[in-house]
This record gives sequence, C-alpha cells and structure tokens, in this order.
Amino acid sequence: MRIKEHPILKFEEKKKLSFFFDGKEVYGYEGDTVASALHALGVKVLSHSIELHRPRGFYCAIGNCSSCMMIVDGKPNVKTCVTQLLENMVVKTQVNKGDIYEAN
Amino acid sequence: MKQIDLVIIGGGPAGLSAAKMAAESGLASLIVERNFNVGGQLVKQTHMFFGSEKQYAKTRGIDIAKILVDDVLKFPDLIEIMTDTSVVGLYKDKVVTLLQKEKYIKVKTNAIIIATGASEKVLAFENNDLPGIYGAGAVQTLMNVHGVLPGNDVVMVGSGNIGLIVSYQLIQAGVNVKCVLEAASTIGGYKVHASKLKRLGVDILTSHSIKKAIGKNYLEKIVIGKLDDKWKFIEGTEEEIEVDSLCISVGLSPLSNLLSMIGVDMKYVSTLGGLVPLIDKNHETSIKNIFVAGDVCGVEEASSAIVEGYLTGLVVAEKLGFKHPNYDELYLDFKDQLHNLRSGPFGEKLRLGLQEIMR
Repeated sequence: MRIKEHPILKFEEKKKLSFFFDGKEVYGYEGDTVASALHALGVKVLSHSIELHRPRGFYCAIGNCSSCMMIVDGKPNVKTCVTQLLENMVVKTQVNKGDIYEAN
Repeated sequence: MKQIDLVIIGGGPAGLSAAKMAAESGLASLIVERNFNVGGQLVKQTHMFFGSEKQYAKTRGIDIAKILVDDVLKFPDLIEIMTDTSVVGLYKDKVVTLLQKEKYIKVKTNAIIIATGASEKVLAFENNDLPGIYGAGAVQTLMNVHGVLPGNDVVMVGSGNIGLIVSYQLIQAGVNVKCVLEAASTIGGYKVHASKLKRLGVDILTSHSIKKAIGKNYLEKIVIGKLDDKWKFIEGTEEEIEVDSLCISVGLSPLSNLLSMIGVDMKYVSTLGGLVPLIDKNHETSIKNIFVAGDVCGVEEASSAIVEGYLTGLVVAEKLGFKHPNYDELYLDFKDQLHNLRSGPFGEKLRLGLQEIMR
C-alpha cells in the first residue's frame, strides 16, 4: 500500500519501473528500494533463516540487520532494504546461504 | 592507492558536519556512505527538532538533512562523497579498504573520523523474527522516504521519544495505532509527544509489554501482558490484539563494530546504548588520529551529532595543520552547545555515561 495523502510530505507520481519477483513481472517506482517496492505489493517475506528456514522480513531498513537478503540479478545476499530498484531487475527469494556467482 | 588527508565513515549528520568544518579549515576529506544517498537518518524525520537555533530547532529533520548536504556540496574541491560504498577493512597504518558495487578500492589517509551512527535494538519475545515486526525507525523509513505503509493496524512497543514520534507519524500516514506499550511505570519520552497521541485517542499502556507474536508466515496477532514492579508478567493479565505490524522502539545501539575491529579501547556503557569507544575531550580514541562523532560514541539526538561533527572536524583539521581562522571561538561555542544540549533532568543519565568513557 502506498501513501496517497500526507499532511507534511508530498508523494508525487514517479516513473513506474518493471521488475521480476520470483519469475513474475511486477511494478515499483523510481526511488524505491527493492524491499519497499515488494512491501508496497504486499510481499513481507523476503528471506529465510538458514537453519530452520523461518520466514524473515526486514527489521532495520538501514542495511544493518541482514534479514532482508535476497538474490538480485543473480547475486545472493543482497541487502534489499538499501538496494535501489532498477528497471528489469530480477529479484528472487533466497532459501540457502547463497551460491557462488560470477560477477558481470 | 588513493591518497586523502581525512576519511569520514558515515554520511549522516555527524559525518556531514565534520566534513564541512574540515573543509572550512582548508582540509580535504572523503565521505564514505553505505547507503545510496547521504543525510543519514535525518531523511526520514518529518518532525521539527528541539534544541536551539544553532542546531536548526523548529526545522524538520528532512529539511535539516538538505541544509547539511547543501553545506557539503559548497566545497566540491575539498569534499568527495562516495555513496553505495562499504568499509570492508580498516588498518592501523590508516589504510581504509572500500567496496563500491563490485570494485575494491584502497585509500591511504592521515586521519579517520568514524561516524557510523547507531542501529535499533531488538527485543526478546516468542516469534520476534516474524515478518511484520519492525524497528520503529525502519517503519519511519518505509513511510516517510518511500511512501509505503507497513500495514493497517500497528502496536508500538516503547514510549521513548522515537516510539511516540513514530506512532504519531503512523497516524499521519493513515495507519491505525492500536496502543503503545511501555514496560516501565512511566512514559519514557517528552510529555509534548505523549499528549499529542493521547489527544488522538491512543492509549499508552505503562507497565505493559509484549509476551509473544503469533502468525504463520507473517504477523497476525500479539499477546500482551501487564508487568509487576520487577518487570515480570503478571499471570492472568494476557490480552490478544490483532495487528499486521508491530514496531519495536526500545532504544538504539552504537554501530561501533569498526572501532572494535581496529582495536580501539572500548567500554560497555548501558546509558550510552552499548559498546562505545573511550575518547578524550576532542573525540580522539585510544588510537592516534582515529576520531569518532555522533551516536557511535553514545546515543543522543541528531542535534548533538551535528555539533559533535563540527567539533571533531575542527579539531582534526587543526591537528593536520589546517587551523580554522576562528578556531578558538568555534571550539568554545561547540563545547558550549553540547553542554546545553545535555543539560537538564533528561540529560542526567547521558552525562554520567559520557563521564565513563573519558580518557
């Protein structure tokens, strides 16, 4: 859910960005982080604990707590709360510690 | 290897102010920030600040951030800013290693100001890791920076200033704040913030806390209970509340990991939020030319972080041979401002804590 009216802040309509979440094409807006875009779509489960696979969402939103880590454009363990959303990003839910990947 | 006189780690109120004062003195610096913009946590503070005019009282945090960033941008030749960059190594010979996107960068410097700030504490209770449970500041970022709501119904845990202010901001954004829980027998924050909430019909339940969270994939409800004077739950006082979000506002903890890593003398001081470095009156740590400013050396308000930044930037510049033309006057003024910000009954615990880390 996005805020439409606010007594202090103005949230002007920004450029729509399409991206992929677990294979599905979805939309966010310019200025979003990956986590905020997913949250606006109602997606709260971003990662899973390593041992017990308990669902995790973001806690700190400043890139510190590491409970929002996902696979972004093939790279695992990306802190999505401080990663800017870009057009055509491929975002996937991570269920393990993360596989070794090839940097572009 | 890149060479620069001063590296400032953290682009929040303390780091930006330090860079400005160093530049005014003629000293070049590099600000390293892990987020993709500078301004720190001020960028989400929609409320007006207290303090005095010198620390931009009566100005909203979001506007203070703009002022501090604009100040720094006035020195394009002296201040370099690297965003989206993390410090991955810090060495005693003043080499800092950085990771920017996929690039590894080495920087040789003469002095370092660590201004990494603080992060929100967590609270221990059953299922405290369920999605939908957030730090209060995280929700503030989500709402006020990104314009996204955390949910429809929320309970706030903690009635310090952050808990009270964020509860009010949740209501401004259109969220139903069901109640505020406070484990202590009295409200923690300023009366002015508490009264605003009460006028809007929000109950602040003192001697109450959260017992457990319930939900399968994300938060669905919580169980709260009343506490006795030893902060133990009183049996039979449990109550279920349906919520989709829970905010935890039980204080901040200094992000002092880099200081521990480089081997600075540290001390655990609970009134300052946790593990903090020992410092002298000029904010120098036990390692020569490694300085600190802001919440990393004791959690306070952003106003104090700004002044600590100015003070540290001024002192470091002088130490490296760039004495500000008004050094003496400014030094006394910054010390005086900090003294005033910490005066009064609300500053008492803080003053005692700060005495403990003086070296």
